[in-house]
Amino acid sequence: MANRQPILRIRKNEERSFLSKLLIKVIFIGIALLISALFINLVTKLDPLKVYASMFRGAFSTTRRTWITIRDTALLLSIAVGLTPAFKMKFWNTGAEGQILVGGLVTAAMMIYLGDKLPSGVILLLSFVGSAIAGAIWGFIPAYFKARYNTNETLFTLMMNYVGIQIVEFFVDVWDKKQSHSVGVINATNQAGWFPSIFGQQYLLNIIIVAVLTIAVYVYIKYSKHGYEVTVTGESENTARYTGINVPNVIIRTMLLSGAICGLAGFTEVAGISHTISVKTSGGRGFTAIIAAWLAKLNPIVMIIYSFLIVFLNKGAVQIASDFNLNEYASNIISAILLFCILASEFFTNYEVIFRHKEEH
Amino acid sequence: MKKLFSLMLAVLMVVGVLTGCSNGEKPSGEDTEKKLKIGVILVGDENEGYTYAHMVGLQQAAKANGLSDDQIIWKYSVGETQDCYDQAVDLVEQGCTAVFSNSYGHQQFMQQAASEYPDVQFVAATGDTAALSGLSNFSNAFTNVYESRYVSGIVAGMKLAELEAAGQIPAESYKDGKVLIGYVGAYPYAEVVSGFTAFFLGVKSVFENVTMEVIYTNSWFNLVAEGETANTLMADHCVIIGQHADSTGAPAAVEAALANGTVAYSVGYNVDMLEAAPNAALTSATNNWGVYYTYAFKQVVEGKKIDTNWAQGYESDAVAITKLGPNCAPGTQEAVDKAIAEIKAGTLHVFDTSTWTVNGEHLSELKIDLTGDFDTDDAEDKNAIYDGYFHESEFRSAPSFSVIIDGIFEK
Repeated sequence: MANRQPILRIRKNEERSFLSKLLIKVIFIGIALLISALFINLVTKLDPLKVYASMFRGAFSTTRRTWITIRDTALLLSIAVGLTPAFKMKFWNTGAEGQILVGGLVTAAMMIYLGDKLPSGVILLLSFVGSAIAGAIWGFIPAYFKARYNTNETLFTLMMNYVGIQIVEFFVDVWDKKQSHSVGVINATNQAGWFPSIFGQQYLLNIIIVAVLTIAVYVYIKYSKHGYEVTVTGESENTARYTGINVPNVIIRTMLLSGAICGLAGFTEVAGISHTISVKTSGGRGFTAIIAAWLAKLNPIVMIIYSFLIVFLNKGAVQIASDFNLNEYASNIISAILLFCILASEFFTNYEVIFRHKEEH
Repeated sequence: MKKLFSLMLAVLMVVGVLTGCSNGEKPSGEDTEKKLKIGVILVGDENEGYTYAHMVGLQQAAKANGLSDDQIIWKYSVGETQDCYDQAVDLVEQGCTAVFSNSYGHQQFMQQAASEYPDVQFVAATGDTAALSGLSNFSNAFTNVYESRYVSGIVAGMKLAELEAAGQIPAESYKDGKVLIGYVGAYPYAEVVSGFTAFFLGVKSVFENVTMEVIYTNSWFNLVAEGETANTLMADHCVIIGQHADSTGAPAAVEAALANGTVAYSVGYNVDMLEAAPNAALTSATNNWGVYYTYAFKQVVEGKKIDTNWAQGYESDAVAITKLGPNCAPGTQEAVDKAIAEIKAGTLHVFDTSTWTVNGEHLSELKIDLTGDFDTDDAEDKNAIYDGYFHESEFRSAPSFSVIIDGIFEK
């Protein structure tokens, strides 16, 4: 009997080389650019190449813009990296927003209360430690309840965000001296507790901190015993238990780490960038970072690329609004097309499509 | 893998720096390099009424000063965050000699940029810290919208007089013998208090027997909350619903109630409300930002300093009321024109101390805060009542009248 096969079949393919994976990604990004170009041309009658050039200018056309793009990439990356250990354990930490906010809040408090008492370097050190502890506490609470009572961590961490937001709201009112509901730039005159410039570069320290964190988390997950336990717990809790891993312990330990890194992101934002605190300090990055983390399949090194891509799209959006009066809806559509195509490319890197006539072994 | 990482980072930086240097794309030609540029930072875009009003004003100003499209650089939807500072500096780097922002929350970031770039003029419209900042390149601007609120109060007062004469005001609407009107306020800040006091005094100038209930929404723009607040006021039998909030929520609610037989009319803010409330809307108090921006752009073009605390009203038509609705009382237009003429002539003062009392007494002194600490016991804080009226927005452009006068109660 003839071996009747369907016209096309889908088969899982896990043996694609790095290069062929890369090629597929590049092809799909090309497709995304084509679809976006069509959209731009049909809807706005603009030259798509000019629009793309404008987006590029938004991110890179001056040295300062380039630094800001790298700075914002680093900030988003640090949060994505912070989420990684938790996600690796399949602990859905949607609480990065809150962890960033409390980290930022502690940093702001150090700057406000110690600004005229201690040298800037000491304040920075205290802020660094304090923000990590605050973030860790925000991570610990849901982790403890998960480990002890198996509560739903997605909801729990999400709700912790609102607690963080309200606490920040409260302190903004405490520190606000003008009934304007804002703290203003803290220590604007003596810059106490601000990141210093390194080699004349205002944002170099931000980048160094994040680079160190990224490499550290990569090594931690990939090569340490702790990282191995996290991965096993994520794959199967039963297996973990069987092999003698103390699962509640791993959950709490990992969330302490995850929260601490997100808290440090708040430190970087407040001491290194904005020098103020408000509920907008986290700016939704706690959620955006989830996209970067997932697209990178929880590989901290690959996250650099996706964090950069997301920031690049943001900067481009501002620029095309300025150049062509295309409002945020237009740039949202371009971003959506691009992200959608990247997701589609995931399918083709993991599976292959086989047609009937093709010989198969 | 570490190698790969550092390689990638290096590539990223090189790409960045290279493009940073080589791609310094300037519009071609020598003369464009020297062209004057003005930067604009907006909290929203044309889809948001408040920003739209500013955009219209900015476009008028550009036209009036003969500035071409490429001389104004627009930044839309800039949040009241670090982003504002980044965009302000970006505009300076693009060669702007003046940068304007339109939302109160932008102010602290504009001030920060102003302190770092003393050669560029920065204006935080609706802000209040310029005079205190001590920066000569940083200014604030505000229209004297209290004047147009007063005039819109006259429109409401005329309506009340007409309704009472026709016996159409229900008995429940009288509170201690006075007709009850309502006001949807945004925040209990001076800007709002000054506005509703002016509105109330406008009503009273026509229809003396009135009292006003104010409820705050704690938001500048909240369609649902403003509608609900208007409904609450109408449930208390308020006959007129004024507002200092940016949405059409209140007028739409009043229109719906009017259609169901409730006696209630709306006085709006910012934009003509006739579309949202064709029958209930009487008029709206508005700003004409074009007057300010035309002045400010002219200063920039001529290389002069923009006034640190600009505040003007009817004297230069920087404020107005919108077209009167079909249900306005007869004679309203004449009363409005008369009041505007008197304000322009300087014979009518909105906060004339003979027209209002606090705890039953006419005030002869009211200190305003000029140090930014929100109390009035500093040596720099000044008394603003003299020559028989409260001098609103004369010491600083942002409104500062913040006492609750007799006849108004907050809920």
